[in-house]
Amino acid sequence: MQAVKMVITGPFSAGKTQFIGSVSEIDVVSTERKISSVAEKVKESTTVAMDFGRITVGDDLVLYLFGTPGQRRFDFMWDILSQGMLGFVVMVDSTKPETFREAKRILETFESYASTPFVVAANKQDQEDAWEPEDLRIILRLRPEVKILPCVATDKESVKNTLLELLYSILDQLDQENGN
Amino acid sequence: MALKGNLRDFSTTQLLNLINLARKTGTLSIQTDSESAQMSFREGKLIYAYMGNNNGNHLAQILQNSGKLSAEQAQVIQSHAEGKSDKEIGHLLVTARRVTQNDIIQSVRQYILDTVYKLFTWGEGFFRFDANKLPGSGYITIPIDLESVIMEGSRRLKEWEILQDELPDLDVALRFTDRPDARLRNINLTVEEWRVVSFVNPRNSIRQIAKANNLSDFEIRRIVYGMLQAGLVEFVNQPKPAADKKESAARPQKGAAEPSPAVKRSVVVRLIDRIRGL
Repeated sequence: MQAVKMVITGPFSAGKTQFIGSVSEIDVVSTERKISSVAEKVKESTTVAMDFGRITVGDDLVLYLFGTPGQRRFDFMWDILSQGMLGFVVMVDSTKPETFREAKRILETFESYASTPFVVAANKQDQEDAWEPEDLRIILRLRPEVKILPCVATDKESVKNTLLELLYSILDQLDQENGN
Repeated sequence: MALKGNLRDFSTTQLLNLINLARKTGTLSIQTDSESAQMSFREGKLIYAYMGNNNGNHLAQILQNSGKLSAEQAQVIQSHAEGKSDKEIGHLLVTARRVTQNDIIQSVRQYILDTVYKLFTWGEGFFRFDANKLPGSGYITIPIDLESVIMEGSRRLKEWEILQDELPDLDVALRFTDRPDARLRNINLTVEEWRVVSFVNPRNSIRQIAKANNLSDFEIRRIVYGMLQAGLVEFVNQPKPAADKKESAARPQKGAAEPSPAVKRSVVVRLIDRIRGL
């Protein structure tokens, strides 16, 4: 059985757990804890080690989705989770400009871990206050070839589209490496 | 979609950079507990700005401030200006040969710039960008390139933390952007900034440029930050985030980014087919 891995990362409360939950065939295995900090009390619980989702492709192939913890004090997990990943998704809450700087820092950290393709998912695009993906491209200083995709983490089709775009980027990279 | 937030998280410099690069048209409103300001833009150029309440009728005051009218003249004009727009007043003043058209353009331009420069010192305040909202036809608007405004704004930055956050690694190199609209010649640079510009080269790290020009970490960061925000230069390699650098001693094996794991094309194609079918 071959297992391949993708990492879903991003700042605190960006929607990573929901993203995995929308497509995982098993209930997301979360290592969540109740939030005690008043400042972080925008949701009841948060991921402290990782989230884990699975999509079985066949008897011999399975895709694992790992969600990273968003809070800075758990960032020692990022390096561990990034090892051997096929690619990664950086989730950004498009309605929270106060998290954009942190998203940029996380993106740069993961880029330094591995030269694997990645996409940026501009989450919560169904909300009125959402910043447009192309504005986020400028703010995050994304290179033109990096895809930034409108996303709603609770919508399965939207999550599928994000994962597919990442896989197309992986395919493009493989073709380039093979000179096709 | 709205562009809303607080200057605490998103500085005036960054907002102007976004408006410039995205060539936005609309009006940016900023509100603090005690003050308010509005700036209008057309296709990424600043065209109008004012502080406080504005009824589109303050040309006399602007011309007085720039020394083109005396206080007495300004008062007389203001008292007869009821119901007239700045454009109409300007037309009357030029026709009456009180001032020239150039006097009006230069005075309004300076007023707009002074207003915007004040905003760079605001560390907090709610902002909102309303796309396609522009001043009425009676307002005098002057198109101003934002690159120079951003450079001047970055010269006023005093917050070390912001610069440290934006530019954690000085061991990266810079190059000029390929943007065809980057107009270095139209930007007013200081002598120090020109000296930095002359060293911009993919072979020179920011730290080396600072050393060659005898600039402190703060000074070089401020200059490079301004040039980055004005869209003049970009990093050759993405800088390593500060946290990553701190940890590098604990992770000596993680010097360079790891290559992608070996995976066959057929595996990726199967993954694509599976996710399509979900």
